[in-house]
Amino acid sequence: MDVTALTFLALALPFVAALVAPVLTRFLGQNAAWVLAIAPAAIFLHFLRFVPDVASGEIVTGGYAWIPSFNVSFSWLIDGLSLTFVLLISGIGALIVLYSGGYLKGHPQQGRFFCFILMFMGSMQGLVVSDSFLMLFVFWELTSITSFLLIGFDHGREAARRAALQALIVTGGGGLLLLAGLLILWNVSGVTQLSLLLSFGSELKESPFYFAALLLVLGGAFTKSAQFPFHFWLPNAMEAPTPVSAYLHSATMVKAGVYLLMRLNPVLGGTPEWQLLLPLFGVATLLIGAALAVRETDMKLMLAYTTMSSLGLLVMLIGLGSPHAIEAAALYLVAHALFKGALFMVAGILDHETGSRDLSELGGLRSAMPLTFAIALAGALSMGGLPPFFGFLAKEELYFAFSTFDLRSALFAILTVLGNALMFAVAFAVALKPFLGPRVSMPKHVHEAPLLLWIGPAVLALKGFSIALMSGLAHRLISSPMASAIAGEARTVEISLEPHLGLPFALSVLTVALGGGFYVNLARLRAGMTAILADIGWGPDRGFDQFVRGLVRFAVALTRRLQGGRFEVYMTATFALVALVLLVMPFRYGEFPRAPFFSADVPAHELAIMAIAVAGLFAVVVASDRLTAIVSLGIQGFAVAVIYLLYGAPDLSFTQFMIETLSVVVLALVMTRLQLSPADRRPLPEKMRDVAIALACGLGFGLFLLRVTAVPFDRTLTEFFNLYSKSIAHGANVVNVIIVDFRATDTLGEIAVVMITGLAILALVRLRAGSLKRAVAAELVADESAAEERV
Amino acid sequence: MKSVIFRTVAPVLTSLMVLFSVFVLLRGHNEPGGGFIGGLIAVSALAIYGMAHGVETVRRAIFFHPMAIAGAGLFTATFAGLISIFAGVPFMTGLWIYPAILGVEIPLSTVFLFDAGVYLVVVGAISSIALSLEERGGE
Amino acid sequence: MEAWFALLVGIFFSVAVYLMLSKFIIRVLLGVAVLGNAVNLLIFTGGRLTRGVPPVIPEGAGALAAPAANALPQALILTAIVISFSFFAFLLVLSWRAYNELATDNTDEMRVAEPVNEPVPPLGY
Repeated sequence: MDVTALTFLALALPFVAALVAPVLTRFLGQNAAWVLAIAPAAIFLHFLRFVPDVASGEIVTGGYAWIPSFNVSFSWLIDGLSLTFVLLISGIGALIVLYSGGYLKGHPQQGRFFCFILMFMGSMQGLVVSDSFLMLFVFWELTSITSFLLIGFDHGREAARRAALQALIVTGGGGLLLLAGLLILWNVSGVTQLSLLLSFGSELKESPFYFAALLLVLGGAFTKSAQFPFHFWLPNAMEAPTPVSAYLHSATMVKAGVYLLMRLNPVLGGTPEWQLLLPLFGVATLLIGAALAVRETDMKLMLAYTTMSSLGLLVMLIGLGSPHAIEAAALYLVAHALFKGALFMVAGILDHETGSRDLSELGGLRSAMPLTFAIALAGALSMGGLPPFFGFLAKEELYFAFSTFDLRSALFAILTVLGNALMFAVAFAVALKPFLGPRVSMPKHVHEAPLLLWIGPAVLALKGFSIALMSGLAHRLISSPMASAIAGEARTVEISLEPHLGLPFALSVLTVALGGGFYVNLARLRAGMTAILADIGWGPDRGFDQFVRGLVRFAVALTRRLQGGRFEVYMTATFALVALVLLVMPFRYGEFPRAPFFSADVPAHELAIMAIAVAGLFAVVVASDRLTAIVSLGIQGFAVAVIYLLYGAPDLSFTQFMIETLSVVVLALVMTRLQLSPADRRPLPEKMRDVAIALACGLGFGLFLLRVTAVPFDRTLTEFFNLYSKSIAHGANVVNVIIVDFRATDTLGEIAVVMITGLAILALVRLRAGSLKRAVAAELVADESAAEERV
Repeated sequence: MKSVIFRTVAPVLTSLMVLFSVFVLLRGHNEPGGGFIGGLIAVSALAIYGMAHGVETVRRAIFFHPMAIAGAGLFTATFAGLISIFAGVPFMTGLWIYPAILGVEIPLSTVFLFDAGVYLVVVGAISSIALSLEERGGE
Repeated sequence: MEAWFALLVGIFFSVAVYLMLSKFIIRVLLGVAVLGNAVNLLIFTGGRLTRGVPPVIPEGAGALAAPAANALPQALILTAIVISFSFFAFLLVLSWRAYNELATDNTDEMRVAEPVNEPVPPLGY
């Protein structure tokens, strides 16, 4: 098979694996993980083949036409950026699948979990390789939906449901902003593919729509990547099982926004707006995330908030846009994916093996879990930016970006050092606290984690170490092409473990020193932060609750106003609007008919028939007993039948005669049972209002008809039927030929409707008396019991 | 409605009307008439019979449940449209054959089959309505 | 001629709308029946009026000569008549059942689907 077909298969594979996952899990239990992990591993190997080509500067595109008439294609774009992402997604994905096998061992819904996480993997992978805008958007929203399923996996708990809904609303809403932004980009540039968009120079930046497009794209990216003030969904998403946190918040979901910014950097970046907004929001997110992380004692929450910090750091770097900043962003993204994935999984292992992930309840585990301790330490060293780990390289490159000695750099350098120091403290709190110190009594008997659990984090930790050692090779194959793709021009990353004295190194030392100080005084910092937050009281998280409640209340109020449950109001509104449209529109557009000409040459018998019809109508209106109403209704119907007959429509006439007869019969049958008076028992003012609306409607339709008959008639269709009815359809009765031949498919639909109403009437007639009351009563009981459950 | 004259005439009237309805259906393609009108005439016939001799008698006389007749009609109409698949032409394309039976050439077409389906749907659905209402009328 | 028909259609619509604006189901039902005729006459007139000549191709002729009535609106109306009857019958039975169950013919008192004081849906998650 050629590369295109294989790539397509690779994109589809996670979804196929998701389909078979539940069945496989039923037969194999947690060992299904070994089989299912083959899918992401195969994808990893497939994309590995692109590495040499991409490293030599090639951009691989491919795909299939999807909706050719709209120039929409299912196409992908593989360059340094998307290749790095897809390798991270599939590589870490394989490890996460294995880890989930151990973590959810024996869970009754493990199959469903595998299904969700593989679907998420497929969406994320599709998102980063998408070339066409539409595909990008579809996968973007798919990640929102699948992450909703994953976060709400434990849907029995209200907190999980809330977190899932929150993530869906925030990121899904951001997706809509992104869609609007993409539409603007499409309108401005005229292309629907990223690969073509990237070849645009500064035209987009000079467009008057640039700022609107930028804000919309940032809306999508900031919500997805949990930038302040949209960050609140990320820590709440910790309600999900730990494998989900490890996956969504290391390499995938939250990185989607960062990916988007990196992807669009060449066409949207570098402008004053870009260089103001991104660093501002980024650095705010960095500091707020770090401050919030310090407050927590739950390992997962601490890691979640530092994830938020790291995302802020990345956004800031992309915004700064200098060569070193871009290279640092590329390095930090990969490093973060590795160490954060490992640390989350360590937190999960501790939770799984000890029954707690609260730092205050853990301690002295180093002898019982030496391997986990080693992994945690490796992760923390990388996160703290210490040699010889990959995180060190990323941080050195980051501080290189600040070595320009101007006020702006100095300011950002100080803030970044502060944020990094806080993250350093949190990293070591997570990695050291549970393992050092005296042994604390735990809910479970503690022993080392099984293979399925530790293999994932171990591989990630090892990777963070080996990449740093072989930095030359890693830079040539991965980092440099990625940085080039972000910058939109060729870049070479050169940072290595070799010591290089200078400002960056000084900043590094400062960070470590400050971080060490924070670590020692963590308890005091925590108390301080908690007090500050208690003083603030209100945050976006509570704001979300208030927003949702307000939305429900607003919807209820609006529904009650628009849909008050009174039939009369609905009808009055509908017909008042009809009258308004019919009477106002002709005036508005000067389409008012000329004064009608009541020709005197109409034969007397025709006028008589019309008079009979009108008399029948008025008799219906004023009828006070059933028989009069029924007979009058019949009179107007038969009069209409006669009119049809007079004007060359015998078919209609016969049908109308039969139908009117049947109507009178069924009406009489039902009316005798209803014992209802057809008279209107309402006060006069109400009736007068109705008369006014009814007359306005009648006038409107009359004028409309006058206007319609005043324009010359287009006989094209009629001539067609007259001409071909005999020669093509072999029928002399043109009406019948139209019904059963020319427009037979319509008629098929219509007889289906007749059939369905027949069935519905049969069901209604057969319904036993009182069954509706019983149904309503049963519903009320069900509602009450449901309400009790909620209480 | 239970007068002797009515009860005596009703069966004859009904049979004549049903016969007439089939005639209207058959001539519908070339002269006023067709499935809708024919079907309605047949329903009226059944309704008259029901008034004279009770709904039970009518139900026995038509043997099938009215909705079954309607269902058969809908099936026939759809099938008439699907025949065109075998001829490799679009759905609902009219097809004609002229077999000679006893020396007389009879034009048969999917169009007529379709019209017959319409007739059956109208007969079934609307007589089902009328009969079920008449039935409950005695309560 | 069209003016007379416009007048007639206007009256049909007025009566239909007036009946349907009433809150009593029987009157609404009668209104629906009249509305069907109103709409059919509207379409019929909109397709232009021709006296007396049905759109049937005479024996031996290959196509219909010009002065016959317009066949297209007739085909539209023919099916419409049957369908509006089946809907009329459905509404009839529905009101009959509703009257039986709820013991009222006043639509204001038919509040099963939209109760008067419906509780606010749960505000949690």
